[in-house]
Amino acid sequence: MSEYRIQGATGEWEVVIGLEVHAQITSKAKLFSGAATDFGAEPNSQVSLVDAAMPGMLPVLNGECVRQAVRTGMAIEAQINAWSRFDRKNYFYADLPQGYQISQLYHPIVGEGRLMISLDEKDADAETKEIGIERIHIEQDAGKLMHDQHPTQSYVDLNRSGVALMEIVSKPDMRSPAEAGAYVKKLRSILRYVGSCDGNMEEGSMRADVNVSVRKPGDAFGTRTETKNVNSVRYVMQTIEIEANRQVDVLEAGGTIVQETRLFDPDKNETRSMRSKEDAHDYRYFPDPDLLPLVLDDQFLADCRASLPELPDAKRRRYEGDLGLTAYAAAVLTAEAETARWFEALMEACGDQAMAKAASNWLISDLFGALNRLGMDIEDSPVSPAQGAELLKLVADGTLSGSLAKQVFEIMLETGDDPAKIVEEKGLKQTSDTGAIESVIAGILDANAEKVAQYKDGKEALFGFFVGQTMKAMQGKANPQVVNELLKKALA
Amino acid sequence: MSVDTATVKKIASLARIAMSDADAEAMVPELNNILGWIEQLGEVDTSQVQPMTAVIPNTLRLRDDVVTDGNVRDKVLANAPRAEHGFFAVPKVIE
Repeated sequence: MSEYRIQGATGEWEVVIGLEVHAQITSKAKLFSGAATDFGAEPNSQVSLVDAAMPGMLPVLNGECVRQAVRTGMAIEAQINAWSRFDRKNYFYADLPQGYQISQLYHPIVGEGRLMISLDEKDADAETKEIGIERIHIEQDAGKLMHDQHPTQSYVDLNRSGVALMEIVSKPDMRSPAEAGAYVKKLRSILRYVGSCDGNMEEGSMRADVNVSVRKPGDAFGTRTETKNVNSVRYVMQTIEIEANRQVDVLEAGGTIVQETRLFDPDKNETRSMRSKEDAHDYRYFPDPDLLPLVLDDQFLADCRASLPELPDAKRRRYEGDLGLTAYAAAVLTAEAETARWFEALMEACGDQAMAKAASNWLISDLFGALNRLGMDIEDSPVSPAQGAELLKLVADGTLSGSLAKQVFEIMLETGDDPAKIVEEKGLKQTSDTGAIESVIAGILDANAEKVAQYKDGKEALFGFFVGQTMKAMQGKANPQVVNELLKKALA
Repeated sequence: MSVDTATVKKIASLARIAMSDADAEAMVPELNNILGWIEQLGEVDTSQVQPMTAVIPNTLRLRDDVVTDGNVRDKVLANAPRAEHGFFAVPKVIE
């Protein structure tokens, strides 16, 4: 990939990007209370007196949230800090009843790690780049404010207040919107494999603060701005492009960049300054006196490590190496944990590694095509892996031709029936009955005597025409191999 | 280390404590006395001493990931100066 540069009046500019991704930790209860975390509940119904910061309430740490943060750290090959501590980040806002957020500034639970991004969609190993991760810390989410329900009041829903987040802070290692997009996608993929976050950006389970600065190539880092709460991969990429171009315009007009917090407005396609929080950066962090240091023992760490699944890169390489899939197919099948899980269930039901290529082709083109059409995710597929395997076996043993298999598949999608039953009931079985095929061929050659003559004069491309006519006459049920053989004999 | 009136007023504002000029003025020597005392403590060499976080050996207890609380909206909203439709209602704050 060529380097990403912004063409300014004074020459080329390089963009430097770092991301802080807030990922909601998958847990039933909140980080420091026993209230539920389900999305979309009635306002303030999932709030305990701890989350509402009533006087005298004490936080008690949820062990599962710790476990998930540690597993995530291990998945990005990061240093795990067996001793970490919680700090209070103090500020006043209507969505934060405590007046402080419990976070980890000085001693985060996870230290430096890394992940690899791919810059070539066809072959994930063709062009890669390592993106450093500075740290992961655990913190509380704030509540939600609604401003459009009342002319003079804002409404506060504390259901999210106290939900556990991981803040995953990258190093300023990205240099283009595409790299940042690939980073968010890769991180999301890993989180979903690990099971520490559902990665659902629409529901706010994952959102990014985007740090952008520009510089002339080779210069020191410029002053950065931070655009808050960007909630899709596309918006992250748009934010970078818009913000970097804005900075170039300011600098080339003789201005300076102010280190500030900004907002991305997708409707106006612009970022703008959040000036109202001028004092907010003085957070007066200090260790939370309600919470002792968090100490992890070796057994806890070993259990976390043992519970890690095969991660996307390892799985992708195994699919290429052991199953002989193309780099592209392996990347598509492993990008999402659900897809890989489905494919592995399909392979298990097939019971034969030699069917891997046929299975991957079918899944990527037929099944994905159908799910796309139906607007469904693979978890909700109307066809089960066992049914898919049965269909593939019917093709492998010659019962169905490729085109018959497609017909059967359509009926499976509609009815949910097993393929063998459909083949039986609809009489869609492929025939290798040479007598029947020969008599159809004889009829077709008789009806097209002129073309037969042309073929015999050397116009061999007509062979396909005869195959097509035969298949059509037999409603696609003839075994194409047998048709080929018999046609060659008849035309010889 | 010492503070002046401006610093006291800034700290008060960050902590959302209303303070008259006279009160802030009076607070300066009080805070400086405290800071002086802390500085005196700082003279003790503690470079070889682990910070103590509890008077008895103790580490953080972890809770199981089980829902045991919530569904107490009326209690949660009971002390709110204003609540509407199940929400806290506050003077409009908008970015």
